[in-house]
Order: sequence, then C-alpha cells, then structure tokens
Amino acid sequence: MLWKTYRVVKTREEALEALNASRGKARVIAGGTDLIPRLKDREMEVECVVDITGIEDLRKIGMEGDCVSIGATVTHHQIVCSPLLKEKLPLLVEAAAEVGTPQVRNQGTVLGNIVNAQPAADTAVALLALGAEVNVVSEKDSRWIPLEDLYEGVGISKVKSDQQLAVEVRCPVIRKGQGYAYGRMRGRNDHWLPALNTAVVVTTKDKKFISGTIAIAPVTPRLFRAKKAEKMIKGASISEKTIAAVAQKASEEATPRDSVLRGSRKYRKEMVAILVRDVLRKAIQNIRKD
Amino acid sequence: MVRVKHQVRMIVNGEEVIGWVEPRRTLLDFIREDLNLTGTKKGCDLGNCGGCTVLMGGEPINSCLVLALEAEDQEIVTIEGLSEGMNLHPLQKAFIQHGAVQCGYCTPGMILSAKALLDENPKPTELEVRMAIAGNLCRCTGYKKIVEAILSVAGGKHPPG
Repeated sequence: MLWKTYRVVKTREEALEALNASRGKARVIAGGTDLIPRLKDREMEVECVVDITGIEDLRKIGMEGDCVSIGATVTHHQIVCSPLLKEKLPLLVEAAAEVGTPQVRNQGTVLGNIVNAQPAADTAVALLALGAEVNVVSEKDSRWIPLEDLYEGVGISKVKSDQQLAVEVRCPVIRKGQGYAYGRMRGRNDHWLPALNTAVVVTTKDKKFISGTIAIAPVTPRLFRAKKAEKMIKGASISEKTIAAVAQKASEEATPRDSVLRGSRKYRKEMVAILVRDVLRKAIQNIRKD
Repeated sequence: MVRVKHQVRMIVNGEEVIGWVEPRRTLLDFIREDLNLTGTKKGCDLGNCGGCTVLMGGEPINSCLVLALEAEDQEIVTIEGLSEGMNLHPLQKAFIQHGAVQCGYCTPGMILSAKALLDENPKPTELEVRMAIAGNLCRCTGYKKIVEAILSVAGGKHPPG
C-alpha cells in the first residue's frame, strides 16, 4: 500500500485523464473489496487510486429498451434490493445475494466483480448466462464487449486499467417463455467460495427448448459456457431425458482442476452433472408465463 | 519520500471529525489510531473476519477494506456510539445477559451487524439473524448464544433504556 495520490473524480473524462496521466500505475476504486487486499499484498505497483464513486451517472440501475443497465458503482446490496431487477432479472438478484458477506455486498460492486475477473464470480456467471455486455470507454472510443470476451485469465480482465474504464453492464431482461435458475455448491452454508456454481437461461416454446445458455464455474481459467451442451438442448423436448443428457454433456465439457479449497477435479466433474441437472429442473419451474 | 496527506471529513458517532491522512490509510486504522476508538477490532485485515465492522450510512461494512478517504462525508457508527453514557444499548445488555461474549474480539462487529439488521427488520427470523451475522466470525461461542441474544432484543425483551 504505497500509493501517494488519491483522486476523486466527478466525470468519466476526468477519470480517463487521471488513468492516462499515471501510465499504467493507477487503479480505479469503486467498492475496493477486491482491490484493497491486493494492494495490501503489494500484488501491483500503484501510484494513484482513482475514486469513481462521485460520478453521478455510474450509480444508475435502469431500463434501456429491452435491456437492463447497471452502472459501475452499483453495489451487490443495491442489486439485491432493486424492485426493477427483482422483476426483470431475478437471476442476477439471486446470484448477487450469494456474493461474500453482508459487509462485502454493501461495499463491493458488480462491475468490480466482473473486472476482478475471478472465473467463479457469482454475478459474472449469472450475467454470462444472461448474455451481458460491458461498456468499456477510453479517451478514443466507447465499445460494448460481450462479457465472455472480457476475461484474459484468472484475475486478469481485458479492461486496460491505464487507459480504459468499464462504466456499465447491460443485458436483456427475462422474457415470456424463458426460464432461469442459479445454483451453487459449497463446503458450508456461509460466505465460503463456491466449489461450483452455474447459471442457466432457457428459451422455450410449446414444450420444447428453443435454446439455452449454460454458464459453469470455476471449471476453466476464464468464464465458461458449456457450448456442446447448449447445442444439444436446442430444439429438444422439455423432458427429464433431455435434462439428463444435457447435464452429462456439460460435465464432459467442463475441465475443473484439483483444488484444495474447492475439491478434486474428479469429484467436481461429476458434480457438474448433478448441479446442471438440478438447475435445469429449477429453470423449467421458473419459466415466465407473461 | 514526501508523504502527502489529504484532508478527510466524516461524522463519527454523531460528531464531525476532520483528519489528515495518507491515501493508503484504511478507515479501520483511522478509527483506531487517529480517533483512538479501539472498540473496532483489527483481525484478518482482509475482509474475512468482520472484527472491523462499522456502520457506514447505516450499513455494515468492513472498515479494513475501506480507505479513510472513501469515507468522506459519510456517517460512521462504531461500537462506542451505541451506548448513551453508562446506559448500554439493548443489544449490548442482551449480549451480556445471554453470555454471548467470551473473548470479546468479535463482539463489537457482531453487535453492529445485528443493529443494522434490527434497524431495517425489527422482527427477523432466526435464519435472517444468522444471515446478517454471516460476515462476523466468532471462534468461542458457537454462535448459539449470540443468535439468542439478538432474537431476544427482536422479541422486545430488552427495551431501550
């Protein structure tokens, strides 16, 4: 923790200017629940911390067309309490409620959860299944990047903190005929890290799956979608047989590693099938009728 | 090395506080070392144990994960802000009466998490109490007496005063 400068900025432009001026040695702070421990460990060389919580338009949760949009300084607790999100994106609300402890949820932000790039981040897994995109701005341009393209590796996102700022995440709302569910396996029932977590969104019509997205973590260094299982679910009838086959396929695709904290590779690979099965069953019960 | 200090202003236990801090100072260190309010405990210093819990804007946060400068213009409540003179807060009385305190290290954070819960939800279920203190580790009591103490206040057995 050796930085010398702390800058409170009021606009995106000011934030970008502060990042550029520090030539890679600045870090953005919003909640700080991931950043502060990393700074204490001196994992990174930082000269300047840029506080973006004063930027008014990054605090919003709102609708933009058919999408819900969430600003960079919105905390997990604000997600859990939002009436709009409870109605439009209950999957994200459920995942946000699983993050950390009450203290961490009050302070930590969803965009921070994404940019911190841990593959098992609860909200990132839910947002991946929901087809989210992140708005990344620089002094030159503003781009929408699909969430699955945002991770470089464990703990490394593609947002270049010396010149870019992730300002907003958006994703389509759950529509009529769509079902969703979130599932999490862990050692004990508190803020322990997930051994596995998974989020699914299925689109259905007339007792058939039209399509489905299945996000599973942590089974690769980055965010992971079980694409072969997703292919299998397309056009299949809604039945226990389909669910069993899709869950099995997802388990074959997943490549968890042996982990002291999360469990062995063999165990977790088997558990992927169980978790995906349970979550798909729940998703069918959650199909929106209006 | 020149150490630049920044001014910070916040309301701590109802009183305005103005201090000068280095950017790297955490809110926890500011509270303990600059304000001498040592009821707030430093445990893991990583946001896991909850010993440093204080209320910021009425919500529990880990003060070890917040920079003092981030708390600019915020209202902070520490354990010292709960009693009125020698008159303990109902939660403090309940913790004593139920034997919910052993070594005492987790107690300030535990009570503040409980206060935030009861301020928002005066009649919580046992599960809601357990969820509210999920971020506060106790290695002595096994939580049973802590949960009982909090529920007794929720049940009105310890009225204020």
